[in-house]
Amino acid sequence: MAKVRKGIEVSIAMADAVAQANVDVIAAYPITPQTHIVEHLAEIVANGELDAEFVPVDSEHSAMSVCCGSAAVGARTFTSTSSQGLALMAEIFIISAAMRLPIVMALANRSLSSPLSIWNDHTDTMLVRDAGWIHIFVENGQESYDNIFTAFRIAEDPEVMLPVAVNFDGFILTHMIEPIEYEDDETIAAYLPKFQMKNTLHPDHPVSMGCFGMPEIYTEAQMQRESAIRESYPVILKAWDEWGKLTGRHYRPVETYRTEDADYCIVTMGSYGETAMEVVDSLRQEGEKVGVVKIRLWRPFPNEEFCRAVLGKKSLVVLDRAISFGGPGGPVASELRSALYQKEGAPVIVNTVAGLAGRDVSRNDFRKIILEGKAKAQRGETEGFDLYGLRG
Amino acid sequence: MDRFSVFSSRLVDKSENFTSGHRACQGCAEALAVRHVMKALGRDTIVAMSTGCMEIISSPLPLTAWKVPWIHNAFENSAAVISGCEAGMKAMMRKGIIPQKKINFVAMGGDGATADIGMGPLSGALERGHDMVYICYDNEAYMNTGIQRSSSTPFGASTTTSPAGKDSMGQHTQKKNMPQIAVAHDIPYVATACPSFPFDLIEKVKKAAEMPGAAYVHILSVCPTGWRIQPQDAIKYGRLAIDSCVFPLYEVVNGEYRLTYTPYRKLPVTEYLKGQGRFRHLTDKEIQLIQDKVDRDYQKILKRCEEGR
Repeated sequence: MAKVRKGIEVSIAMADAVAQANVDVIAAYPITPQTHIVEHLAEIVANGELDAEFVPVDSEHSAMSVCCGSAAVGARTFTSTSSQGLALMAEIFIISAAMRLPIVMALANRSLSSPLSIWNDHTDTMLVRDAGWIHIFVENGQESYDNIFTAFRIAEDPEVMLPVAVNFDGFILTHMIEPIEYEDDETIAAYLPKFQMKNTLHPDHPVSMGCFGMPEIYTEAQMQRESAIRESYPVILKAWDEWGKLTGRHYRPVETYRTEDADYCIVTMGSYGETAMEVVDSLRQEGEKVGVVKIRLWRPFPNEEFCRAVLGKKSLVVLDRAISFGGPGGPVASELRSALYQKEGAPVIVNTVAGLAGRDVSRNDFRKIILEGKAKAQRGETEGFDLYGLRG
Repeated sequence: MDRFSVFSSRLVDKSENFTSGHRACQGCAEALAVRHVMKALGRDTIVAMSTGCMEIISSPLPLTAWKVPWIHNAFENSAAVISGCEAGMKAMMRKGIIPQKKINFVAMGGDGATADIGMGPLSGALERGHDMVYICYDNEAYMNTGIQRSSSTPFGASTTTSPAGKDSMGQHTQKKNMPQIAVAHDIPYVATACPSFPFDLIEKVKKAAEMPGAAYVHILSVCPTGWRIQPQDAIKYGRLAIDSCVFPLYEVVNGEYRLTYTPYRKLPVTEYLKGQGRFRHLTDKEIQLIQDKVDRDYQKILKRCEEGR
C-alpha cells in the first residue's frame, strides 16, 4: 500500500489498516454494523493479500476465546464486534484483559436489545467500561484508520500488555464514505515493530496461564491490573505523539475546540464531536462563548487533562449516548461529575442523553441542547439528566 | 498390525508432564486419566483446559502441576481457546516468525464443559477442523461444584440437583451420547477410553494427536466422591463399566467403527450399579430399564463395527 488519499467506506479502510498492521489471526463473528470489516478482511486473506488465519467462529464468545488463545501464543490478533456480540463475549472480554492479552478490537458502537435495534449509541461499550480494556473513541474515518495502528502499538507495548478497543459509531462511521489518507506500508512497519511477547505458550518454555487465585492472592492480582492500566497512560501519549510526528495527525486524551475563552462547553464522545464543532462555530458568530471538549480516551480516564481543560468554566453540557438505569446520570456525566467533585473552579454539569439507537441529532438539535443546557445551568438545575427529544 | 500391539508398562514414557502434588480427591480416576493422557502426548503439547475439577486442583496460584504450556480461560471455551493457539502458531510458523515445530494442540474439559455449556464452541472447533485433540473427562456430573447433574449423568443416578426422593428416581433423562455427536462432525478420529485400561487409552490419545485435523477422545473418569464409592475402587468400577458394556471402548477412524476391547464375559449391569451410592435407590424395574438400554446401545455399536469390516 502506498501513501494515498481516497474516498472509501470507513469499515473498509479499517480492514485495510488491519491488513497493513500485518496481523496473524483474525477471529470474528458477523454482526451489524461491524460486518463490512470482517467481510473485507476475509476477502483480503482469501486473495492472499494478507498472510493470516481467518477463523470463522461459531459465536462472539468463541471469537474472543480464539483471540485469547492466539494472543497467548504471541500472535498479533484482531477482532471486531458490536452490541449483542459484545454482550455475549463479555465474559471472555473481561478475562482477556485480566490475562494481559494484547488484542485489538474495532468496536462498532450500537445499542443493546430490547427492543432490538441495530443503530448507533454507546450502550454496548458502557457495559464493558470496567473490564480493564483501554478504550479509545474516534470521530471520523481518518481517526478510525489511524487508531488501528496506535491501538496495536499501545496494546503490545511490553509495559502495557492490555487489550485495546477502538470505539467508532455504528453506521454514522462504519457505513460512511469519507476521504481517508492511507499511510504507506513502510511508515506502518516503522511505527509498528514486530510483536514480541515475553511469556507465550510454547513447549520450549512452558508456562501456566490463567491459574486460579485464592483470596490471599486475588486482591494483589487486581491491583496489578489497576497499575497496568494506569501506567499505560504515558505509553498511550507517546504512541499518539509518534504517530503525529509521522503523519501530522495528532491525538490527545482530551481534545478541545474554541475553549480558550469559552464560558461554557459541550462535552462529547465519538462522532458527535464533529457536529458539535460546526454548531459551536455558528453559535460563536451569534456571540455565544461556547467551546467543545471531546473525550477521546475513556479508559484509562484522563483525569488531569480533563480537569485542565474545563476548570474555570462556568458550566458543561455533557452529552451522553447511553442511560445508566436508576443511576445518577448518563455514564459520561457521572464520570465527569466525580472527576470534578471538590475541585476548585469546577463548572456545574448539565447532562443530556441524546441520539439513542441512531435517533438523529441534527445541528438544530445540538443548538437546542447547548442553549437549553446553558440556561439550565444558570437556573441551577443540575440534578440527573434530560432525555432529549423524548416524545409523548 | 496395530490390532495386535503388545503393551508393557515398561514401554510407557516414564516422564510425568502432569506432576504429583496436585489437590485431587483420593482415588480420583480423572487425575489418573490426565496423567496417562499427558504421558501419551509428551512435552511438545499445548493444553487449554476448561474450568472444572482438573483446572482447580492443578493450578492454585502460584503453583502448577503442568510441565507443558497450559492455559485456562473459562468454563465453556477450551475448544475455542485451543483453536486460537493453533491458528496463531500456524500463521506465525508459516510467516517465519517462529521456527517450524510439530506441536499437539489439546483442549480438555469435563462432561459439563463438553456436553453442556461448551457444546457450541466444541462443535465449532470440530467443524472448522483445527489440528487439535479435544479430550472430555466424563465423571458424569458437575463434581467440582458439588455433584450436580449434567446431561452426561446416567439415567437413574442421584445427584444434588437430580436427587432420588419419594417422587423421583434420580436423573430421569438418558446420558447424552457425546462420542456420537463428535462422529457426526465427520472428523477423522473419535474414541472412547477409560484409565482402567491405560494402554488402550494411551494408544488412542497418541493416535488422536497424530491424526491431522480435529480428534475427539471421550474418557470415562470414575469419581469416587460423586459416585459414592470407596477411593480404592475407582479402577474396579471403570472395569465394571466396560465389562458390563455400559461404556464400550471403541474408536471411529474416518467413520469406520472398531471395538478395541470385547469383554470376556458381558456382565449384567447390576454388577456395575451395585455398591455405587448414586444408584442405591433403584428398583429392579428401573435396573431392568437400564439393562435394556445398555443392551440396545451395545448392539448398535457392534452393528456399526461389523459394517466397517
